[in-house]
Amino acid sequence: MCLALPVRIVELRENELGVVDLGGVRREISLAMVDDVRVGDYVIVHVGYALSKLDTEEAERTLRLFAEMGELQADAGAAP
Amino acid sequence: MSAIKSSYIRPLDIHKGRIDLSHGGGGRAMAQLIEELFFAAFANEYLAQGNDGAVLQIPSGAGRMVMTTDAHVVSPLFFPGGDIGCLSVHGTVNDLAVMGARPLWLAASFILEEGFPLADLQRIVASMASAARDAGVIIVTGDTKVVERGKGDGVFITTTGVGVVADGILLSGDRARPGDTILLSGTIGDHGMAIMSKRENLTFDAQIESDTAALHGLVADMLASGADIHVMRDPTRGGLATSLNEIARQSGVGMLLDEACIPLRPVVEAACEFLGFDPLYIANEGKLVAICAPGDAERLLAVMHTNPLGHESAIIGTIHSDPQHFVQMKTRFGGYRNVDWLSGEQLPRIC
Amino acid sequence: MKYVDEFRDGSLAQGIARAIARAADTGRSYSFMEFCGGHTHAISRYGVADFLPPNVRMVHGPGCPVCVLPIGRIDLAIKLALEQGVILCSYGDPLRVPASNGLSLLKAKARGGDVRMVYSASDVLSIARNNPEREVVFFAIGFETTTPPTAMLIKQGTAEELSNLSVLCNHVLTPSAITHILQSPEVREYGTLPLDGFIGPSHVSTVIGSRPYEHFAEEYRKPVVISGFEPLDVMQSILMLIRQVNEGRAEVENEFSRAVTREGNRKAQALVAELFELRRTFEWRGLGEVPYSALKIRQEYAGFDAERRFDLHYVPVADNRACDCGAILRGVRKPVECKLFGTVCTPENPMGSCMVSSEGACAAHYTYGRFKDAEVVAA
Repeated sequence: MCLALPVRIVELRENELGVVDLGGVRREISLAMVDDVRVGDYVIVHVGYALSKLDTEEAERTLRLFAEMGELQADAGAAP
Repeated sequence: MSAIKSSYIRPLDIHKGRIDLSHGGGGRAMAQLIEELFFAAFANEYLAQGNDGAVLQIPSGAGRMVMTTDAHVVSPLFFPGGDIGCLSVHGTVNDLAVMGARPLWLAASFILEEGFPLADLQRIVASMASAARDAGVIIVTGDTKVVERGKGDGVFITTTGVGVVADGILLSGDRARPGDTILLSGTIGDHGMAIMSKRENLTFDAQIESDTAALHGLVADMLASGADIHVMRDPTRGGLATSLNEIARQSGVGMLLDEACIPLRPVVEAACEFLGFDPLYIANEGKLVAICAPGDAERLLAVMHTNPLGHESAIIGTIHSDPQHFVQMKTRFGGYRNVDWLSGEQLPRIC
Repeated sequence: MKYVDEFRDGSLAQGIARAIARAADTGRSYSFMEFCGGHTHAISRYGVADFLPPNVRMVHGPGCPVCVLPIGRIDLAIKLALEQGVILCSYGDPLRVPASNGLSLLKAKARGGDVRMVYSASDVLSIARNNPEREVVFFAIGFETTTPPTAMLIKQGTAEELSNLSVLCNHVLTPSAITHILQSPEVREYGTLPLDGFIGPSHVSTVIGSRPYEHFAEEYRKPVVISGFEPLDVMQSILMLIRQVNEGRAEVENEFSRAVTREGNRKAQALVAELFELRRTFEWRGLGEVPYSALKIRQEYAGFDAERRFDLHYVPVADNRACDCGAILRGVRKPVECKLFGTVCTPENPMGSCMVSSEGACAAHYTYGRFKDAEVVAA
């Protein structure tokens, strides 16, 4: 079962809980399975539990890669 | 001097009182409930007569009569943007409106659960009265029953509505034709997700409000525009996808939608993501879909934009020939997909 | 939605599509299996196949835990609800799956079973706390992504000394399933489809890391690209697989670098290891018995194991003989080639694992992709 979402931590609470935000929707979830998280960090959440941190630098790098792909192809004048 | 003293009847204790079985018994308690709560809120000459039925006069030359009925079992009863009361008025008014009818009269029947707080009932009834006034409809007759504790969800309301549709107006689900344009009056998913945000299991806070509203004013504007409108529907339970699939089947046509054109509030989209729902299948209570001849689309859209309930209207697709009656969609991403019938009840995906 | 919308940007899709078209060698065809049901759903829902050249084909694998859940396991849950009067808690996905005797969990609810849908294992904890006089059973399903939350539930249940809580555990493992597809004896029965590579699951990999896949790459000489969940991720991963194939490489690459590391989430892995152990074998609907592919609750936590607590005995239930899921799950047949597809077997009336949830190959095709079949017929 894979449906998981990258969400931003907006509040830390007791008992390893936290409040996360996705596009303005907030929910309390468990942070028990990730260490070292702070407000502002992004985590991947699945069925109410954060399972890993999102490396935002890597995310930006991946997006840049996608964008470059487009430019390369356009420059090469490739027909689709 | 008469030996019969006039009795003192203690007024209903709205603040702390609760519905009990005597309120449905047909006796004094029920009469008091009806008078002090329902009649007081709905106040009109029909109810004041206190008869079993209301004698109504269809204005002559107004056209043909249209009737519709709807039961409202929403839970929770009070939700962001509305409650079961105004919902029950809007829902029935809208069903009349999308037939092209001017709504005139409503009947309202209540099934109340033993133990239901009178304060809540009064709130609901006040909300209905206000919605009816704003919509220009009169609640002319009604009924009250009480069921035992545990046999009802607080209150169920059924409203039946009667209106008139002018001769010459023919809005029907089987009139969509290849080439026609599909228009939508605003954002989808607001009502369903507003409900979800309040339901017990879900604990997220998001500023999503139900879009519950009476659409007959918007419809009147649209009809007055002179545009050649073939179909109108309000996409309630099952959402936009269900209404469009129904129309496709009734008319024997296919549809092609453009996802990028379908109005959707970002916060509703995020709430759907969170819970694994597809906004296309989420209920709306203040939106309509209209299918018109292609040449009239821009004109109709402009008219819709001038009405507050249609200011986010958009052209979302077209009709074409298709023996399979598929509703297809070009996704925002660029690839194509079917927008199929809803399978059973939409359950949130975890996968 | 940050880090979601950007990965669904259609304008970037064009660029990657062009790169794929250039990279794909027109002299051969490529067949890649996306193992994870979430990817199947993403591909169908966004029409990703529209961006691929005709010689690149996606095969939908069995990575949908609802799809591969045997009917017999659902029967156990229904039995608990109807005969033992437990509060049966379940995620939404399995509620509609038809089981034996014309029942499903939803139908059992209609018959008076106390079946409750939950979004999170923590909801089950609240239900157990609030209903101390009732037995509460969590119908746990899912791959490695969903197992840690179940582990947390049992751990917290232990800490709070809840005596009315148990779990009916159906957690299954990804790597075993992939191995099984590649080498199972049924391969002789179904024939083989030359699978050129795998798109590895997104969120399972955040938990188990990329390391477990190195085995397939080496032993079976198949490239694996672990892909993010969004359509751009999937397209980029397909491109990476094509390149590996062209260059004769068979490595594990990580496209989902923003969330997956080689080691994965050690804390979650440790928690799972503490509470669960491997079952020697477990039936997967459509695949048959798969060795060391599923988990059961350890002896120390036996009080939380519904199977022991209620002395449940699993009875396997066979699928309709005309059902082609076994072949479809291995990519040997396509949904439209199954006699039952679209006629008797529909999402409303699923006959086999591929149709029971919207991520199964047949359900995804039926719900999102049938318009393509019409064009083929018309042509």
